Amino acid sequence: MKSLSEIETTVKRASRAAGYSWGIAEEVGKSIRLSELFGFPGIKHLNQYYQNKKKENFDDIKLINKVNKSNGLSFCPITLGVNFIDQIKNIETLTKCSVEKLAFPLLLLPFLSRGSEIIGKKLLFSFDDSKFLLNFNVSISSNFWNKEIPILANQVEISFLNNEDNFSEQDWKNLYKLAEDTFVEETDSLKEGAAGAGLTDND
Amino acid sequence: MNIELRDPNIIMKLSRLGSFHQSRLSFLRSFLNEFKDWDYKRDLFDLDKDGFGTAVYSFKKKSRVYSLICYANKINDDERSDRVIATKWDAAFTLHDGVPLKEDIERLRNEVPKQEVGRLSYKELTLSRANKSVRVFDHVVESLSNGSQPNLDLLEKVGYLYRTTAVYGSGKFGLADRFRIKNREEINGPFRLEMMLVYLVRQFTFDQVNHVAKNRNPKSAVKLDPKICRNLGIGNSTGLGMAPFIVNHPTLLNNWILSREVALKKIREIKIAETKDISLFKECVKNSLKNITSWNTESEYQLKKIKLLLKDVRKFINFLENEFDFKKDYPFNEIYLWLEKETCEECIEYIVSIMMEPFGEIVQPLISQMSSEEEKYFNIPTERNVEDLKKILENKYSDILKIDFNKEDSNQKFWFISKNKEEPRLANRFEESGADLEQPLAIARDIKKLYERLLSLKNNLKINQFLIDNSDLRHVVRRAFIIENFPYSEIQDNTIGENIVPIDMLRLKLSFFGALKFDPRSDKWLRICMFQGAPLPNELKDYDEQWVYKTFS
Repeated sequence: MKSLSEIETTVKRASRAAGYSWGIAEEVGKSIRLSELFGFPGIKHLNQYYQNKKKENFDDIKLINKVNKSNGLSFCPITLGVNFIDQIKNIETLTKCSVEKLAFPLLLLPFLSRGSEIIGKKLLFSFDDSKFLLNFNVSISSNFWNKEIPILANQVEISFLNNEDNFSEQDWKNLYKLAEDTFVEETDSLKEGAAGAGLTDND
Repeated sequence: MNIELRDPNIIMKLSRLGSFHQSRLSFLRSFLNEFKDWDYKRDLFDLDKDGFGTAVYSFKKKSRVYSLICYANKINDDERSDRVIATKWDAAFTLHDGVPLKEDIERLRNEVPKQEVGRLSYKELTLSRANKSVRVFDHVVESLSNGSQPNLDLLEKVGYLYRTTAVYGSGKFGLADRFRIKNREEINGPFRLEMMLVYLVRQFTFDQVNHVAKNRNPKSAVKLDPKICRNLGIGNSTGLGMAPFIVNHPTLLNNWILSREVALKKIREIKIAETKDISLFKECVKNSLKNITSWNTESEYQLKKIKLLLKDVRKFINFLENEFDFKKDYPFNEIYLWLEKETCEECIEYIVSIMMEPFGEIVQPLISQMSSEEEKYFNIPTERNVEDLKKILENKYSDILKIDFNKEDSNQKFWFISKNKEEPRLANRFEESGADLEQPLAIARDIKKLYERLLSLKNNLKINQFLIDNSDLRHVVRRAFIIENFPYSEIQDNTIGENIVPIDMLRLKLSFFGALKFDPRSDKWLRICMFQGAPLPNELKDYDEQWVYKTFS
């Protein structure tokens, strides 16, 4: 088994050799390490992407907009990923953005995961039938576990989710009520003697 | 009195960093302190009469066990080399997480002796190999088997029976990643398990030499005197592999240096020194002279430094004995100011290290701050603007911005990774090919380039916009925002200049390991000694903290 440290170092060097700057190569190293840590086939897709890059041209999205249309070429997931992290505070205000024709969408995943941590919001990444919920770079939920992830996504959507409960108020109330069963009803004597502070705070 | 931390523009110069010495902050000393109450055991010692075979040593506390597995092999004299290109060694070692099963020992027998071309697993934590100092090893075997102790002069000259030529950890060759161990309660700082490996290897060398001598002459052989063992360490040959580490781990470097600087600041701020602390300080300085006079090297560069150090330490002792009054307020501050004025860099840093000896209560809390969660500082704060970045560069890299990189001698060297051994190397870009594959270690040059590019841009331009068209400088933009909060994170020197002495970079790191007796063999590699004078494993429960200054006593 390769260690995460070996993965990061080799990916960084390979990315530099594939034509990216050292600074970008560092970003790719960190991201693929993350991808493998979360159990997604980052190495496999990166390798395929770098092989394809030798024969095929890809387009770069420099400034990310709400809608990012293709001029025919597929977009590079690495440039998109790095710019997504760099521009995330601006993109967040759009609440949602879309990208047409993204090559190797799995390679964008770890960048989005890091982005989720930077802004403290969950992100929903969806393309075709696949959905990935990015939880603050702590975990990634997906309906695509153990399936072959496509190497081209025709239409990608990234949504910034508001920080909201994902349970109903009634569920919470019921649970809270149960939790109250661990509390002691205070008698007058307990009210007077069991708390640290005085009964009045007017002094 | 508030003493300012020392200026990074002085301390982070290579000549100063290359004058650092071990101290109470050094990892091998912290390791001994943190593991002194662990149970040490030799679990297996299956060597043939010539000392070849397998041995296992362990440290255990509650349910945690770390086991050193040693494989001692026969090699020919012409196969023995300290260079990284070697493929065979007298012995190879790995530190295993837990108690190794027979299957583990067999699995590792096929991998550990191969070192870089073997594969380890997440159950192995560190990996190393070592070669005998044949001259010393054979002499010791000969003497012991004849019933006498070895010649101390020879032992003193070399200082060890074996020297390691690499110690690997943190995920190399399949070893466990750092994340697997960093939160363990006993891992209180960097490189603890590398230190454990080296320390246990030292014990293996004593056991092996005794074993071979006994087998050679079972009737009259004697064991190596424990006092002599204590005065032997483990040698280490270190090349350029270590140099990029300190450039590639800026926050970690900062935390090492900052701990040293905070310790010094707090010691200088002591208003009245206690008699026992004064005595211990003086005793260590005086005893340390033995470490200088027994420091052997053929390197002209190092000999000059040692000569000057010895002269200045003697001058300092004379000052302490005849001129200085410890009853003054802030005596250590006075001493420090005197050192800055009167002695060389090597001596200043030497005495700074010794100043820490009496003050465990100051040093101890700093030890746990010497690691770094580097991931936390990786993201670039891209909402900041060009003006912010320019100010950082002007404030934090002021000397570097003065370097003229259009001059050939400022730009003479380049760092690269050799294809043969995947190890860092340094070469002249105007004489050798390969500069197009340069590693990103020319930080000073790239910082200057970044600054010049920023000068033509609007101050309010956001960094995220700057990076769109300037991704070639992304690696130094990241570093600049790191140094803003980590003042000692960057070497304030040109690492590609004509006059660079790469062993200064190695020495910086080795001083934090706790190495003694730096012996440069060229400007790119050196030999050192570790654990010389350290207690033996069975003495750890109760040992003298200042053992470093008590060798040959």
